[in-house]
Amino acid sequence: MIEVENLTRYYGSRRAINNISFQIEKGEVVGFLGPNGAGKSTTMNIISCILPASSGSAKIKGFDTFEQSLEIRRIIGYLPETPPLYPDMIVRDYLKFAAGVRGVEARNISPSIDRVIEKCSLKDVGHRIIGRLSKGYQQRVGLAQAMVHNPEILILDEPTIGLDPIQIIEIRKLIQELAAEHTIILSSHILPEITQICKRVIIINEGEIAAVDSLEGLTATLRKSERLSLTVRNPEGNVLEKLNGLDQVVSAVTGEENQFLIECILRSNLQDEIARLALENNWGIVELKPVSMTLEDIFLKLTLEEKEPAA
Amino acid sequence: MKNSWIIAKRDLGSFFNSAIFYVVTTVFLIVYSYIFINILSFFSMQSMQSGQFQQLGMALNINEMVIEPSFQNMAVILLLIIPIVTMRSFAEEKKSKTFRLLLSSPVHLKEIIFGKFLACMIVIALMIFLSSYSIGFLFVIGEPDPGPVLTGYLGVLLMAGCYVSVGVFASSLTENQIVAAVITFGFSLFMWVIGWGAQAADSATGQVLQYLSIIEHMDRFLKGMIETSDLAYYLSFIIFGLFLCHRALDSNRWR
Ligand SMILES: Nc1ncnc2c1ncn2[C@@H]1O[C@H](COP(=O)(O)OP(=O)(O)OP(=O)(O)O)[C@@H](O)[C@H]1O
Ligand SMILES: [Mg+2]
Repeated sequence: MIEVENLTRYYGSRRAINNISFQIEKGEVVGFLGPNGAGKSTTMNIISCILPASSGSAKIKGFDTFEQSLEIRRIIGYLPETPPLYPDMIVRDYLKFAAGVRGVEARNISPSIDRVIEKCSLKDVGHRIIGRLSKGYQQRVGLAQAMVHNPEILILDEPTIGLDPIQIIEIRKLIQELAAEHTIILSSHILPEITQICKRVIIINEGEIAAVDSLEGLTATLRKSERLSLTVRNPEGNVLEKLNGLDQVVSAVTGEENQFLIECILRSNLQDEIARLALENNWGIVELKPVSMTLEDIFLKLTLEEKEPAA
Repeated sequence: MKNSWIIAKRDLGSFFNSAIFYVVTTVFLIVYSYIFINILSFFSMQSMQSGQFQQLGMALNINEMVIEPSFQNMAVILLLIIPIVTMRSFAEEKKSKTFRLLLSSPVHLKEIIFGKFLACMIVIALMIFLSSYSIGFLFVIGEPDPGPVLTGYLGVLLMAGCYVSVGVFASSLTENQIVAAVITFGFSLFMWVIGWGAQAADSATGQVLQYLSIIEHMDRFLKGMIETSDLAYYLSFIIFGLFLCHRALDSNRWR
């Protein structure tokens, strides 16, 4: 559906993205992850036919974003970083305008507006002036504008930025609903957001792709070992030595007070062994749980690793 | 064309929503009316005096003495006012980042530009229309020749089109509305006075300078004549301005 090949973009002499390539299939929900200034918005602007690339190509359904941009612009809905809202307009008028320029036929405009107003829960503010809405509602109007023509592809640049936690949850839910009918590219630097909504992530750092994988894949490839955390009441005797004595334990170290972090070989199911050990020695288990590597860890690991050769 | 109209309609809505439109229109009407009343009272004074010489056959021409100078004055006021009407066109879209909505929509850049041009022209035409009460009044009190009135309006509109074209282009160069207005005013004024160099220059250059002057081409319209060369000048001026605007916006994306 979307094929990006060796995309490079300079602003003046400054390179914002370098040789980016990836593919996105129909119906996928892909997360674009990267720190500030990584080049997420630049890439999205190129896919949305707003910016031309310096070199390389981006194709959607076989159409080139530069050469045949009109065909593409019909089937994409774009929510830029700053929602493109005219502050002096009334929400409904604005959506009517957006539907008009996005190519909705005159007789379908009214039902389209009703549909997005319903979807984005904008009923209560339909007749209010956009400039006077709260940031959260403005963001929703921005989202409504991107989907008013029911595009196949939604490109959302940091759709939850600047919202309060409740609004974030609502927008996320909305995007999850949309995922059933649209191909979605979503950028964020908030990791839990990506883990909740997206099946696949593209991690981009300093203008280059650091990793493209499914969430599970990403976690799995990076996780060569598992970690367990054990907390006990009375760590008597040599706990560390005994833990390290177990076959599949790679290493055990002390964590916080009375806590031990045990790194072990993947899928070794050591919980039973450790529990037996604790019973035998009367340590008194308070807690024994696996510590999963979060996407944060992965992210940091990847972006840091990426930097090392450069240094 | 349909897309241009959608864009123009939105711009018009935003014009009529803002104070700028009402302030500018009011200023325009007041200044124009003041000048018009002065011209008219001067004319009536003259015609009263000439009434005494009626037997000498000196009928005063209302077209020449009232309508022509009114149109000329309107042209001056428009020069001052059009930059304020056009300055928002692209500058505001770029500043508030709404331009991306248009750029990611299936509309051609030229449709966007024409829509902006159209919106400004409609606003100007509306202002000129509101001022036409004055000419209407002349038809009540006298018998002006309607021909030069109609061609005069055509000429004024075409000249306004040139200013608007410059204005839309200037607005595409910057995010700052004031800068856009100043560029428009400066350039329009320059195109106005460029003919003044004609006297100083040698005859060939002088003729070129004269031809380039915006106001030069008004004269024949005011006299009731539509000359192809005047039409060609105004239309190519307008198209050239919009073409530059297209180039500016397009090249802006590459930077
Ligand atoms: N119009 C511009 N002119 C010059 N440099 C730019 C421009 N837009 C972006 N850049 C630069 O290009 C790089 C990538 O910017 P981009 O906006 O794509 O990053 P991003 O991943 O979207 O960051 P953020 O998370 O802050 O939104 C940045 O270093 C930025 O400074
Ligand atoms: Mg960004």
